[in-house]
Amino acid sequence: MNIERIASISTLENIRDKARASSPENGKSEEQEAVLLCAGGGCIASGAYAFKEALQSALNSQGLADKVTIIETGCLGPCAQGPVCVIGRDKTYYQGLQPTDAEELVSSHLKGNQIVERLTWKGEGEKPVPVLADIEFFKRQTKIVLRNCGRIVPTSLQDYIAHDGYAGLAKALTSMTPEQVIDEVRISGLRGRGGAGFPTHIKWTFTRNSEDPQKYILCNADEGDPGAYMDRSVLEGDPHSIVEGMALGAYAIGSSKGYVYVRAEYPLAIERLQIAIDAARQAGLLGKRILDTDFCFDVEIRMGSGAFVCGEETALINSIEGKRGEPRPRPPFPAVKGLWQKPSCLNNVETFANIPAIIHRGGAWYAGMGTEKSKGTKVFALAGAINVSGLVEVPIGAKLREIIYDIGGGIKGGGVFKAAQMGGPSGGCIPAAHLDVGLDYETLQSLGAIMGSGGMIVMDEHSCMVDVARFFLEFTQDESCGKCVPCREGTKRMQAILTKICAGEASMEDLDLLEDLASTVKSTSLCGLGQTAPNPVLSTLMHFRDEYVEHITDRKCRAHVCPALVQFNINDNCTGCTLCARRCPVQAISGEKKEKHVIDQSLCIKCGACLLACKFEAVDKQ
Amino acid sequence: MNIELNGKIYEVEPGQTILEAARSHGVYIPTLCYHAKTGGVGKCRVCVVEVEGMRGIVTACTVQVGEDMKIVTESPSLRKHRKMVVDLLLSAGHHDCLSCAQCGNCELQDVAYSLGLTHPSFPQPERKPEDLSSEFLVFDETKCIQCGRCIQGDNCTVINDTLGFAYRGADTKVSFDHDLPIGSSSCVQCGECVQLCPTGALTDKKARGLGRNWELEKVNTTCPYCGVGCQMTLHVDRKQNRIVRVTGREDAFNEGMLCVKGRYGYDFPSSPKRLTHPMIRKNGVLEQVSWEEALDYTATRIKEIVDRDGPDVFSAFGSGRITNENNYAIQKFTRAVIGTNNVDHCART
Repeated sequence: MNIERIASISTLENIRDKARASSPENGKSEEQEAVLLCAGGGCIASGAYAFKEALQSALNSQGLADKVTIIETGCLGPCAQGPVCVIGRDKTYYQGLQPTDAEELVSSHLKGNQIVERLTWKGEGEKPVPVLADIEFFKRQTKIVLRNCGRIVPTSLQDYIAHDGYAGLAKALTSMTPEQVIDEVRISGLRGRGGAGFPTHIKWTFTRNSEDPQKYILCNADEGDPGAYMDRSVLEGDPHSIVEGMALGAYAIGSSKGYVYVRAEYPLAIERLQIAIDAARQAGLLGKRILDTDFCFDVEIRMGSGAFVCGEETALINSIEGKRGEPRPRPPFPAVKGLWQKPSCLNNVETFANIPAIIHRGGAWYAGMGTEKSKGTKVFALAGAINVSGLVEVPIGAKLREIIYDIGGGIKGGGVFKAAQMGGPSGGCIPAAHLDVGLDYETLQSLGAIMGSGGMIVMDEHSCMVDVARFFLEFTQDESCGKCVPCREGTKRMQAILTKICAGEASMEDLDLLEDLASTVKSTSLCGLGQTAPNPVLSTLMHFRDEYVEHITDRKCRAHVCPALVQFNINDNCTGCTLCARRCPVQAISGEKKEKHVIDQSLCIKCGACLLACKFEAVDKQ
Repeated sequence: MNIELNGKIYEVEPGQTILEAARSHGVYIPTLCYHAKTGGVGKCRVCVVEVEGMRGIVTACTVQVGEDMKIVTESPSLRKHRKMVVDLLLSAGHHDCLSCAQCGNCELQDVAYSLGLTHPSFPQPERKPEDLSSEFLVFDETKCIQCGRCIQGDNCTVINDTLGFAYRGADTKVSFDHDLPIGSSSCVQCGECVQLCPTGALTDKKARGLGRNWELEKVNTTCPYCGVGCQMTLHVDRKQNRIVRVTGREDAFNEGMLCVKGRYGYDFPSSPKRLTHPMIRKNGVLEQVSWEEALDYTATRIKEIVDRDGPDVFSAFGSGRITNENNYAIQKFTRAVIGTNNVDHCART
């Protein structure tokens, strides 16, 4: 596409007004309708493109091809319900779309203005809730980071500009000094969204104060926590916000060059970000003399190659330099000696996505949300035993109960909430007793969890907390870079002890050793990965110590998760249908036809196939 | 600048690390990965100390001293963490001090001893065979603590780029090229890695079983191979009248570096083929003569030949194994006494 150079604010405003008039969000015009189809990674994986094809051919066959346009947007949030779409003008939301639904959607809704109820959101009592704004999941969210996701075409510069895109940059370049930009960020109270929550303006000030003609601004898009994908969604759904956020950061710290470090496992994010960078460059919003000012800035993408530790800032810097992805000791901090030994400022994708909105609407507006010490909003990735899993953005300080029950629709299958694992492998668990605490940096820390990147795995009584800790330790010990001893050797030993506990082979001395190890790994590891690796163990020990003790002294796993501590038995309900015996992969079940069967415990591998197969509730898991 | 170390005030140099400052005043902070030549990398985490006002505990090898910095190098919690870290290292390999060539000269052994560690607390991994594929080095992976000193020395001092870390996490290992046996790798066997190794992971093959560190007399000398004059220490078994091994002197200009000849070519002093006295071939047979006779004979013959055929039939050949002064004397003698420019040298190119 040919993009004209935007050399002044007035050109930018002209483009904005023109683009606004034809914004896909509202349908292109009175006669024109638009279907906003989510083309985020999740919906694509669940078949958005197959549905799109079917929808297009339905439009063609029903003669609406020139009236209705299908527009691919970024992620809307409820990823597990995908593919999803929103009808432009009346904002009807449809989910779980299959290619076979296309004809009906076109004939009923687009032609006959009749809502297809079976594809809408279901509220209380399975009542259909067709309009986006009425749906609890969306209604209760406050979207700043995800403001454009699901609303604009991610690859369209015009569309981004129509939604106040680059207005923040224009404002900063023409009417603010770099110090004023930093001050606006200070007023906003924005803290780093990568996990640690370090105040962004302090980081920027440190880098600004480092005297060196060459400084770098770096964007950490090496999102690696299992189950967290807010950064991916922003890059896929609103890549220009990162380009603008980085340009603002560069202006503030005095940098002319930025790098976005994206993990290679995010091909769609990389593709869309590259399109955004190219478009911004063509429009003169990157490059030399941006908006006809003296400010020059450009961005390049660097791809990570799969190491979790490269999300740690100094390891990320090493990786950009082409070195082994290992952290460096701090001090010196990157603000003094970072990329290629030059002052560098690294912020997370979510942090950068906030910046344009803060500059455009003012720090005070942003600080109006959140708690006293933690301002603004935070995106969480809901997963696990929850009815609606997906991305949600709420003001910091929102209660866990609100997120899980009001937005997430409660526990799957009407189960009982046991704990929420926050902050991925570096975080911890929050038990039911703390459902009503507000989620902010300090509170989470005091409960042994962290805000982290915002991963939130909801668990019910079917989760074993020792097994959860073991899972995360397995992850961190596998992802340890091996540079420092406590992380390299200590996490491996912790994992071994946890495996032993899950196998019912541990003693109470092992538990003591586990705690000693956790303390040393936490206190002496070189980087954040090692320093936080014991958190899942420490927090589950803090809140669920009795489960550990049960595994050790009673050889019991109350959630029936740890295979060694579970036994399958056949009770008197057995009709001798032989189904379980046929399903058993190791031939551990025997018995005559029409007679009660038995499981040979010495052969049983505790796979649970018999339990799933049985139609008579004759298999007990104990 | 002043710092407070364990409650006492010391004067230190700005820019020094806490470790350097403490060592300069004789305050012991145990370390494993630090070496003056390879610097502080913060890998082993044994040198952890507490600094007032700094978050958590920090490594003494990476943090620079600051004015009036208050540092504690010994406390029950520091000792506990150090003990755990060293215990993890002992457990990760097979540090068989009884048979190890580095026994008595091993930094890991010293640290374990000072912390009162008697045995590894965790199950040890499987044994792996030593790499005996090269002429002069032995690599025992199970004694390696991945401190990276050998790699730093190889890549930054001798700039050979043979050594590097391979794999990741608990599988991390020091590898020669792409995990090749040393004998098949690009290693030139200068022994810099052996010199820097804090444990018995990298040792000298020729010295195996020939003498314990404490039995050997250390004799400082200059390498006889070339005019650079590297300083080295001979480890001599006096009873056997034998050089067992050679190490570079780290306090000298060569900072411990030696080449493969200097470090491993030490057999010649005790070679039976070595010339130990002057000889003159008489009637086709070499006969032992006195220095006076040998020098007189040589001087007379040179004079005769030069007088008869002119100075240009004479040529002198210097040597890389003698000093600059000796080489100077050779060319001076040739030009001024004999009167010819026929001077050459084995290291001329």
